[in-house]
Amino acid sequence: MQALTSKAKQVSRKPMSFTERMYLPAIFKGMMITFSHIFKKKPTINYPEKQRPFSPVFRGMQILNRDEEGRENCTACGLCAVACPAEAITMEAAERQPGEENLYREEKYAAKYEINMLRCIFCGLCEEACPKDAIYLSETFAPADYQRKQFVYAKNELLIPHPKENPEAYKKALGNRSNKSTVN
Amino acid sequence: MLLAIDLGLVIEKLILIVVVISASLVIAMYTTFAERKVAAILQDRRGPNRAGPFGLLQPLADGLKLFFKEEIIPNFSNKFLFILGPALAMLTAMMTSAIIPWGNKLELFGREISLQITDVNVGVLYVFGVVSLGVYGIMIGSWASNNKFSLMGGLRAASQIISYELAMGISMIALLMVTGTLSLKEMVVQQQAGYWNIVKQPLGFLIFLICAFAECNRTPFDLPEAENELIGGYHTEYSSMKLGFFLFAEYINMFVSSVIMATLFFGGYDIPFFNEATLSPNIAAILGIVALMAKVVFFIFLFMWVRWTIPRFRYDQLMHLGWRILIPLALFNMLATGASILYFH
Repeated sequence: MQALTSKAKQVSRKPMSFTERMYLPAIFKGMMITFSHIFKKKPTINYPEKQRPFSPVFRGMQILNRDEEGRENCTACGLCAVACPAEAITMEAAERQPGEENLYREEKYAAKYEINMLRCIFCGLCEEACPKDAIYLSETFAPADYQRKQFVYAKNELLIPHPKENPEAYKKALGNRSNKSTVN
Repeated sequence: MLLAIDLGLVIEKLILIVVVISASLVIAMYTTFAERKVAAILQDRRGPNRAGPFGLLQPLADGLKLFFKEEIIPNFSNKFLFILGPALAMLTAMMTSAIIPWGNKLELFGREISLQITDVNVGVLYVFGVVSLGVYGIMIGSWASNNKFSLMGGLRAASQIISYELAMGISMIALLMVTGTLSLKEMVVQQQAGYWNIVKQPLGFLIFLICAFAECNRTPFDLPEAENELIGGYHTEYSSMKLGFFLFAEYINMFVSSVIMATLFFGGYDIPFFNEATLSPNIAAILGIVALMAKVVFFIFLFMWVRWTIPRFRYDQLMHLGWRILIPLALFNMLATGASILYFH
């Protein structure tokens, strides 16, 4: 019969030689192979202590931004909710009252801002749609939970820490994303 | 006459028994940890490293987990035998350690303390007797479970032990012909003076090693608990610490057979290329224990190394190896040994 490819190999049906039938040399060879694996580098990373660096374009959990004085940037314009292909964002707007100037940057703010992390596909379109630099995708991800309703993140979970009251946490939450707007 | 019992001797032996038993338990405990660690390292993984520094508390955590698990005794099982099974497995596993010479004499409080619980003059026969009893734990446990997979595992264990015990016994006869003694202590003393028995009996050692793997139900002979054919084999129905005892007995067996192999063929507590008589007896005894333990560690590592290298035998291959290869080979070894003894005398 003609071979279909040039790579076809005839299977050897030779009876095994005495050394082959003893199996011990083959077992020894196999044991040497496993022994050599002792000295190989292990690909596993000790996860919580050591984390892999994310790529600069990594898109994680959303964060609601504040300006340098700690005022919320969001004006509840709803552009992010419109842009969201998964319809994960819900918000309710409210008017800023006199005396709240240190809390919100402009006259209108989001009284309620929720993202359903089970719906979110982390596409980053909300970040692109935002005219106020109020929402961006951080380098953390939503942790596992036991209940579905726990995955609807409200404003208190999304807001970045206050830059003046808690500057370290603010810087950490900002991550490498702080100069993102300049890149765009 | 009864009043003439040496009270010091009784106390000394009691302390020795407690030390030996607890030491073998602790060593077996850490063998389970070592098994997981060695398996991981041979497979380029890291292994348990969360409980305590380097994961050293892992065996404690495992034991604690087993104690807190629900105990299930199947409805139609024989309750008494079901509990007797793991107890017997554990008991026979521990019994062998009674005649092992762990080291030479210690001199404490003006007494000479032999580091051997008892020097039975038929030590090797005792080992064989206890090792063959070991399979009863598995058989009784598997039969009492009233489960066909368990029973299959138990049957396999029984037939495997019978098949390999023969070859093991015949390979031992050859060794006995060379040494001329059944006492383990005597054998070590002989090896200290002359060569190790491995030099005189290389083939015998190979047969003994293979049979020891089979007797301990270790891969490639772990058919009694072949998980992909028999679910869990003889311990399918077991849970909680009764399962723990079965698994633990396997590790104690592994430890004890490593000690036996080191004692019979590798000089026991003898330190190679070194004359212990130049040291003070206490230091020599302690160094001897260290030497024995080093050999044991090597053998335990060998057990694990083989386990993570070679796949399991098919059942007919197991029987073929036992009856058609090892027994004739052991017989040949015995004849050759006898012939050479005749020739040299």
